[in-house]
Amino acid sequence: MKQEIIIAGFGGQGVLSMGKILAYSGLMEGKEVSWMPSYGPEQRGGTANVTVILSDDPISSPILNAYDIAIVLNQPSLEKFESKVKPGGILIYDGYGIHSKPKRTDIQTYRVDAMDAATEMKNEKAFNMLILGGLLKIVPMVKLENVLLGLKKSLPERHHKLIPMNEAAIKKGMEIIQKV
Amino acid sequence: MSEEIKLLKGNEAISHAAIRYGADGYFGYPITPQSEILETLMAEMPWETTGMVVLQAESEVAAINMVYGGAGTGKRIMTSSSSPGISLKLEGISYIAGAELPCLIVNIMRGGPGLGTIQPSQADYFQTVKGGGHGDYRLITLAPSSVQEMADFVGLGFDLAFKYSNPAIILADGIIGQMMEKVILPPYRPRKTEEEIEKESPWAARGKTKGRNRNVVTSLELDPAAMEENNIRFQAKYKLIEENEVRYEEFLCEDAEYLLVAFGSSARICQKTVELAREEGIKLGLLRPITLWPFPSKVLNTYADKTKGMLSVELNAGQMVEDVRLATNGKVKVEHFGRLGGIVFTPDEILAAFKQSVMNQ
Repeated sequence: MKQEIIIAGFGGQGVLSMGKILAYSGLMEGKEVSWMPSYGPEQRGGTANVTVILSDDPISSPILNAYDIAIVLNQPSLEKFESKVKPGGILIYDGYGIHSKPKRTDIQTYRVDAMDAATEMKNEKAFNMLILGGLLKIVPMVKLENVLLGLKKSLPERHHKLIPMNEAAIKKGMEIIQKV
Repeated sequence: MSEEIKLLKGNEAISHAAIRYGADGYFGYPITPQSEILETLMAEMPWETTGMVVLQAESEVAAINMVYGGAGTGKRIMTSSSSPGISLKLEGISYIAGAELPCLIVNIMRGGPGLGTIQPSQADYFQTVKGGGHGDYRLITLAPSSVQEMADFVGLGFDLAFKYSNPAIILADGIIGQMMEKVILPPYRPRKTEEEIEKESPWAARGKTKGRNRNVVTSLELDPAAMEENNIRFQAKYKLIEENEVRYEEFLCEDAEYLLVAFGSSARICQKTVELAREEGIKLGLLRPITLWPFPSKVLNTYADKTKGMLSVELNAGQMVEDVRLATNGKVKVEHFGRLGGIVFTPDEILAAFKQSVMNQ
């Protein structure tokens, strides 16, 4: 099994850290993982993205031209990556960030209203974990217990008290994702 | 315990590996995309555990001269930078090579020329393997293509540097530096004791002791006859390195009718290209030079007899391709494909370029 994933959005939306948590979760499952960020100045305000690969076999290229799953959190990211989802692949987007809808019909499209849910939870920082929850509902590539282990590994100890909140956000994300 | 698997950026892996290898000192100056090397070393505070010195110098020029001084005392000393910073260090690197000192240099390349961009590039190939600084010198050049190799080549680089009393360099780029992968870090080993240094590096300038002459570390020799002797000695050493230290990796080369030749991050991307080609029934293989100097010329020459064409795939305008052509000596068609200035090619883009320029499709 191999999952080739792109996560893209504005800098500050937690794109890179969501990718990191996913990569750590894969590590906890004993998978091969790679996490390749865009590290340019575009992280300040423009689009930030990260390619995450989880695989049972060694990973060749960390740079890809097509993805099994694209998670797009703003309009520029949708425009950049919609065409790069493999036929039959999956596109997940946040309803708040996208104003003109995805057009492709040969892929499965899902919507998570994560921004709305984060606002409702009065915790905007939960945004990326709501998205992650949605992803794991559609493609359970890593077990929730391993995600929590991954969170523990990737967060500094002083932030470990936030793990229950993150768990709640992941579960909420699983509930609110809907097929388009 | 030392077998613990970690998820690290390539840059972070270098720092952890250096501490664990028992490095004595790091002198550097921050520059993207390699600043995590200095940052990780600072965060780990090895001066409180192993006693390793970590210092942010006031400039790249200061840092490389601190390396010169430290290496002159027989200690395991390293520095790191990215392309424009390495250009600044070149005078010092030439001096270190001329004084025959062991040290480890890391270049996490970015797009140039000039200040260029912070995105990945492999355009410092010529600078690294063909000189860069002045004079007839060589750098033992290791090109890691995974985070694991970033960690492993710290120890290998130091070992080779001390074996031949010559600077070694890890030549990687922003992709390998910034990406995170699984890595098993080497076990901790102690730093060399003063007695070990005295025994293994009797040339070191570490204070004159009774019973031996003063040690002088310098690259200066104003008598041309003596300077020629020095150069002849360097060349003999380089020849020995060329005979003994060539390293490369073959990926699906056995039955290959065509070959991609690529190093570092490009080799990783090319692996996927080979997989894509094989799915289409094209017998494509990949030869990855691990040492860029000494270059794996002999094995490439052997493949020149067995294959119909080669493509040198590099994130530059065509640098290593010259060495591939020298190695194959006109026996086989050798073309180049590259992207420039920080743009990275994708696996399918390489396959298309290969079909067009090598297979004439």
